[in-house]
Amino acid sequence: MSDTHAQTVAFVRETQIPPAPPPASETGVVKWLRENLFSNAANSALTIAALAVIYMVLQNTLPWILNGVWTTSSLAECREILQGKTGACFSVLTERWNQLLYGFKYPSDAYWRPNLALVLLLFAAAPVLFFDLPRKLLIFTAIYPFLAFWLIWGGTLMVPVVALLGFAAAAAVFQTFSKSSFAIAFFGAIAAAFAVWILGGLLIPEGASENAWLAPVPSRDLGGFMLNLMLGVTCVSLSLPLGIALALGRQSDMPLIKWMCVIFIEFVRGVPLITLLFVASVMLAYFFPPESTVDLFLRVVIMITMFSAAYIAEVIRGGLAALPKGQYEAADSLGLDYAQAMRLIILPQALKISIPGIVNVAVGLFKDTTLVSVISMFDLVGMIRGPILASTEWNGVYWELLGFAALLFFVVCYGISQYSQWLERRLATDHR
Amino acid sequence: MSTLTDPPNEGFRLSMLINDTRYRSLTFQVIAAIVLALCIWYLGNNLIQNLRAAGLNISYSFLGDSAGYDINQRLVEYDSQSSHARAALVGVLNTLLVAFLACITATVFGVVAGVLRLSNNWLVSKLMAVYVEIFRNIPVLIWIIIIFTIMTAVLPGPREFRGDDPSASMLFDAFAFTNRGIYTPLPWFQNGIFESTAMNWLLILAGFALSWGVVHQINVWASRKQEATGVRPKTLLPVLAAWLVPFLALTMIMGLTWEYPELKGFNFTGGIKVGGPLIALWFALSIYTGAFIAENVRAGIQAVSKGQTEAAAALGLRPRRVMNLVVLPQALRVIIPPLISQFLNITKNSSLAIAVGYADITATLGGITLNQTGRAIECVLLLMLFYLTASLVISMVMNVYNASVKLKER
Repeated sequence: MSDTHAQTVAFVRETQIPPAPPPASETGVVKWLRENLFSNAANSALTIAALAVIYMVLQNTLPWILNGVWTTSSLAECREILQGKTGACFSVLTERWNQLLYGFKYPSDAYWRPNLALVLLLFAAAPVLFFDLPRKLLIFTAIYPFLAFWLIWGGTLMVPVVALLGFAAAAAVFQTFSKSSFAIAFFGAIAAAFAVWILGGLLIPEGASENAWLAPVPSRDLGGFMLNLMLGVTCVSLSLPLGIALALGRQSDMPLIKWMCVIFIEFVRGVPLITLLFVASVMLAYFFPPESTVDLFLRVVIMITMFSAAYIAEVIRGGLAALPKGQYEAADSLGLDYAQAMRLIILPQALKISIPGIVNVAVGLFKDTTLVSVISMFDLVGMIRGPILASTEWNGVYWELLGFAALLFFVVCYGISQYSQWLERRLATDHR
Repeated sequence: MSTLTDPPNEGFRLSMLINDTRYRSLTFQVIAAIVLALCIWYLGNNLIQNLRAAGLNISYSFLGDSAGYDINQRLVEYDSQSSHARAALVGVLNTLLVAFLACITATVFGVVAGVLRLSNNWLVSKLMAVYVEIFRNIPVLIWIIIIFTIMTAVLPGPREFRGDDPSASMLFDAFAFTNRGIYTPLPWFQNGIFESTAMNWLLILAGFALSWGVVHQINVWASRKQEATGVRPKTLLPVLAAWLVPFLALTMIMGLTWEYPELKGFNFTGGIKVGGPLIALWFALSIYTGAFIAENVRAGIQAVSKGQTEAAAALGLRPRRVMNLVVLPQALRVIIPPLISQFLNITKNSSLAIAVGYADITATLGGITLNQTGRAIECVLLLMLFYLTASLVISMVMNVYNASVKLKER
């Protein structure tokens, strides 16, 4: 039968036709463009408007950046080279590079010290930020603050060593007694630390800093972006423990402690940072003993730490409140006391929930360190507005300098927020 | 059968102060109270000694003295003979002015950017993401300085508007952008019903209140009709008329005219002058805070689950009504609380005015007055008191509103 059929039909295709490609408008770039940029009239209008905005921005900035001059020693020379063309005068950055980074008074032969401190900071921060690294590196993190203090301020090595020994003694006492009673261990540790500091203070000879290996640098000589970084790192790390204490205090059953914390937090959150910096610069000196001289840097650190501690406390309070009540009850039913329950059960979970908020506060705080320029400290913004723009060579170079400052802050802040997002993904233990 | 016995009645022992939970909290609080009292005594003692050594005392009588400095930007009468208290009042009003303006524009920027960031147009949503990231990650102080620099260094001076072939010209012959500020036309009434301009403007405001009442009545009537007949009557024309007629009638009667800024001598006169520092602060605060609000708005809209939109569509609602009746009311509940704290941030960040010389409370009371009189403690305390009050009032007002849009649960 099949033979007859084969004879009557002229042609039978024995293989399948390969599928035809989809229409050109439904594949690849064209499809993507149609779906994402030109899906309807309103969308097309938006796209064209956005393109126009991008074009205008690039048209104004690209020639300015590409024609930039990097190697002159004043604005007038820049203008001579450019001869009326648009172009940036980036030579202000190369010529004043050290001033922008270290301020104008930090001794130039000592620039390696803050540089080394910054490099070591990366090593010290690494085990805190990335917990896959071996835990033993944390020992270096513990030593780092004292090392960095010695590197940046110079002077005799005795001061940071005594300070470190005080903390070491406190830790040792705490370890010994924490098995029996938390309160005894806690107050014993404080007493031990003070004992070591007072003894050590007596041991350090007068004028030991004068002929030390690293020449001492007074705090008022610090400046530039280094000052912003130092204020940011110091205040964030100091305000974390203070913030945790305040948050726990606010949750406390003891009315007196609770109200002390509430009043402190609400007061600090209700006023702008500038007023607190005014307190640091003009008012705080009245509250110290008459003959003492506490330098401005320390006063500013105290006030900024208080400021960010109040905000961090509120973030952590949110984390504590988000924990189910069962966690507290479970800790109680295991027979843990308050310190153990907090340390082993509550805080690890609450802190994990509060990480994004804490990072937000840290980024905000780092940006707010620029405010110290208002109370005439020469941080990056203070350097730009003060000595550099006021100099005869660079009077009028606004955009290069402000753009540089903006870029530095953007890189650091954006980096921190990207880290926090990575950490959140990393710590997500719930499988949703 | 066993009976429960009372625990043995022990006498009070000293160790119970630290080991017994009944007494322990008392012990800790007593210790805290003692430490607090010691701290206050120590600081207060230092303060008294330092003040005595410097020959100072705490007194607020300097507020009545003549201030002796001028303020360009002011909302109330003030001259250099006025008192420090008056200067502080000028500063308070200026702070409130810039905070109010910035709150409004920041909300507009934030809502537009937040909604556009969720747009399904790839380019626009990426552009908005870039805006948010750039403005969030650069300090607001730098933004204020950048915009202030544009205002003072880039815009032309008034003299460039002069001559037969000026290098700068006014926009629509009405707006002049100069490095001394922006000049806009000033509306005023030729034959106002009241003597004072403020009363005339209040009258216009009363006209709008009347319009709002009438529009509300029209809507109520339309809803009743819809419930009775199932068809909503068309209300567009009456509503438009209700809004426009009282306003137009009032302005016609009072003869609303515009006073245009004019170049006279070396500067512009007439019209409203908005100073460069105010513009810089206003614009920088709005565009910076707008980036934060955009993120809040985006989070709020994304928090409304997709099922809600689909359910509304299944009920046959049109997209606009889905947005107005279903998505927005739920999104607002998520957006409002962070929005309140952004408004608080704007109020507090307005204290950065001191960096560009805008005469807000920080610049008058905490700046010039403090430096002239040397009354650091009094000035800083008053400054903090003002900001605390402002923060508390804003959060109170917003909490009332927040409570009214909250989910009504059992």
